Amino acid sequence: MRARAERGATFLAVLGVLWGAWEGWRWIGTHFHLTWPFTVNDTTMPHLHRIVQALFQPAQVNGPSLLHILLNASAFTAKEAVLGFVLGAVGGFAIAVVLSQSRFLERGVIPYVVASQTIPLLAIAPMVIVGLESKFGGTLAAWECVSVLAAYLTFFPVTINALRGLQSADPQAVELMRSYAAGRWRILWKLQAPASLPYLFSAFRIAAPLAIVGAIISEPSASIQGGLGGAIVNFNQYYSIEPQELWATNVISALLGIVFFLVVVVAERTIVRRAPENVA
Amino acid sequence: MKRAGREWAPVVLVFAAGMLLWQFVLAPWLGRFLLPTPVQIGKSLHEHWSVLWHAGWFTLQEALGGFAIGCGLGIVAALALARYRRLSGALMPYFIAANAVPIIAFAPIMNDWFGLLNPHSKMAIAAVLCFFPVMINTMRGLTSVPPAAIELMRSYAASELEIFRRVRFPTALPFLFTGLKVATVLSMIGAIVGEYFGGSIQALGVQIENSVTLFDLPLAWAAIVVASSMGIAFYALIGVAERFTMGWHPSAHGE
Amino acid sequence: MTVVELKGVSKEFHGGTVALQGIDLDVEPREFVSLIGPSGCGKSTLLRIIGDLIAPTAGTATVNGKSAESARRDRDYGIVFQQAVLYDWRTVGKNIELPLELLGWDRKRRKARVAEMLELVELGGFEGHHPWQLSGGMQQRVAIARALSFQPALLLMDEPFGALDEMTRERLNSELLSIWAETESTVVFVTHSIPEAVFLSTRVVVMSARPGRIAEVIDIDLPQPRTGAVREDARFFELVTSVREALIRGGVEI
Repeated sequence: MRARAERGATFLAVLGVLWGAWEGWRWIGTHFHLTWPFTVNDTTMPHLHRIVQALFQPAQVNGPSLLHILLNASAFTAKEAVLGFVLGAVGGFAIAVVLSQSRFLERGVIPYVVASQTIPLLAIAPMVIVGLESKFGGTLAAWECVSVLAAYLTFFPVTINALRGLQSADPQAVELMRSYAAGRWRILWKLQAPASLPYLFSAFRIAAPLAIVGAIISEPSASIQGGLGGAIVNFNQYYSIEPQELWATNVISALLGIVFFLVVVVAERTIVRRAPENVA
Repeated sequence: MKRAGREWAPVVLVFAAGMLLWQFVLAPWLGRFLLPTPVQIGKSLHEHWSVLWHAGWFTLQEALGGFAIGCGLGIVAALALARYRRLSGALMPYFIAANAVPIIAFAPIMNDWFGLLNPHSKMAIAAVLCFFPVMINTMRGLTSVPPAAIELMRSYAASELEIFRRVRFPTALPFLFTGLKVATVLSMIGAIVGEYFGGSIQALGVQIENSVTLFDLPLAWAAIVVASSMGIAFYALIGVAERFTMGWHPSAHGE
Repeated sequence: MTVVELKGVSKEFHGGTVALQGIDLDVEPREFVSLIGPSGCGKSTLLRIIGDLIAPTAGTATVNGKSAESARRDRDYGIVFQQAVLYDWRTVGKNIELPLELLGWDRKRRKARVAEMLELVELGGFEGHHPWQLSGGMQQRVAIARALSFQPALLLMDEPFGALDEMTRERLNSELLSIWAETESTVVFVTHSIPEAVFLSTRVVVMSARPGRIAEVIDIDLPQPRTGAVREDARFFELVTSVREALIRGGVEI
């Protein structure tokens, strides 16, 4: 109990220090008219409390509060991200299963899996959206297309980790299964898949916030207004007038990413039933 | 020679198979307004080579600058946090939070800080993306020294600096390189995505965006091929540097 | 002058575990003293206190007439752990060179000593190899070569052969004894193995657990130098039985 209170106190203390650093630099910057590394003024570095204030004020005249808008946007983006995460996780695991069965395939395909991540999502997003809409236009909603794109980011860590996890089963345990004349799929299901769980959860921790990132990045390409991506593009246009709105959106985006991360951590604790290492 | 052949054969074969599939199955199915064939992309690449090469080089320089800054800061941060463990425990939640902020969110801010056409804004974005993988991996390396190795040095009455130089640093090196390799790819992506929000016409990201808007898909894909190839080349370069400095590592000998 | 002098050494860890209580022990020059006892009797802790890698909570540890800390700073001893603890990024030769580098020896002198040490542990020609290319037994020999490279008069060894198979172990035991005779050093040796303790030592210190105390000290009067044939000697078996019985009296269930 005491340890938790201590941790909470340190958390707040660090928050205070960071707040002070921000305001301190801002003060120095405006007082001495610094231009390096960047010009400091109300637009580039708004007061932090103004950002918090902005959350509770209407974004448009007589509209709902910014917080209200952002929470709705978060819910929308979260929906996309969850589907994207599931698609990426299932797809990534499936690829890993196939690759684990053949060294040839593994060595041949993994470089392309890695290379796939050198292609910026933002670049192929419009093309993928147009492609999906033309082929599956009737059955696929715009937000589901975004999920497919989010899956592009999430499948990678899952594939890499799942592959290592599937291969991590103790060779002697595999030999034991073979001595029971267990077939390939039985060995996979009963031995290798459970062995890969810790690796999978490690990947999920990375993939969950990535799903949010992927969804946010892809929303503009799908002309979606209702999510956080749309909000960012929107507030970017008004940045010079109301910078704190964009900053507030960033904060909410970050919090959403953290929430997803924590969900994975909690899921790990319940499913695996022992403490994961290196919890923040 | 035979061993090199065995290592590369699967990759080449998969590449060939993939290209054939793309050319004769995927592209026809989706139609040339959705997915050009590899042949079409190749033609466009050849036609616009000069522009694309210069754009790629321009963007690569932004990526390199961001890489240097981000990795440098990441290493310094890792050194500081490995030394003062309590601090790292307190700051970790914030690092995870900052890592979860999507690039699309702070790209406009960087552009505002440093100027839209200024390559520094893209460098800043790349630097932010590089910081975390390098910092986290280096820190893990610095803190994964087996206690017995430290005890041994203490039995020689070695100073802290000597312990760092002879034990902690070499132990952290493999982890550092893992972080650097991840950062190579991220730096390139950071630069390109940053350019999407506005940048000089010379930049690759702008080229991609323009060609997509103009529906010149072969050109867009050609530009993507250039971007991707540069990312891979950068990654491979660090891989070579890794082999060079860490020839001693078991992984280099196929263990 | 007594090499190691322990008076009333006690060690209590955070959380209340008493690892050692009231240890009194003297080790004279050129002795080979084994510490044997059940898990948790603190023998490794005691070794580390002698080496100033852990500080005692009570009592004093004097090495070569100085405090354990001074002895460590003066590099009066060499230590060998159960794991060889070789640095992967250094060749075998460079691993052995490590303490010599720290002592500031010049290159020529270092290379000469390394060659000497490799001959001593019968690994001549392996200078350029890397640790992972060597078997467990060979790695431990490198660790011993490293510990001896700067010729300390005192050698501390913490179950150095524990991870090896029986045959390699017996062979390394004989090698260790010839090195001990050749270098005229003093050895404090921690082990789990009764036959090993009897074969190697001039004295066996039997410890009891929870808290760690010295139960008995048994003089090993087998003739020197000892060869493999000693293991089949009647007196050897008598001594092994004595040690075993001392352990049982000290509370171990065998």
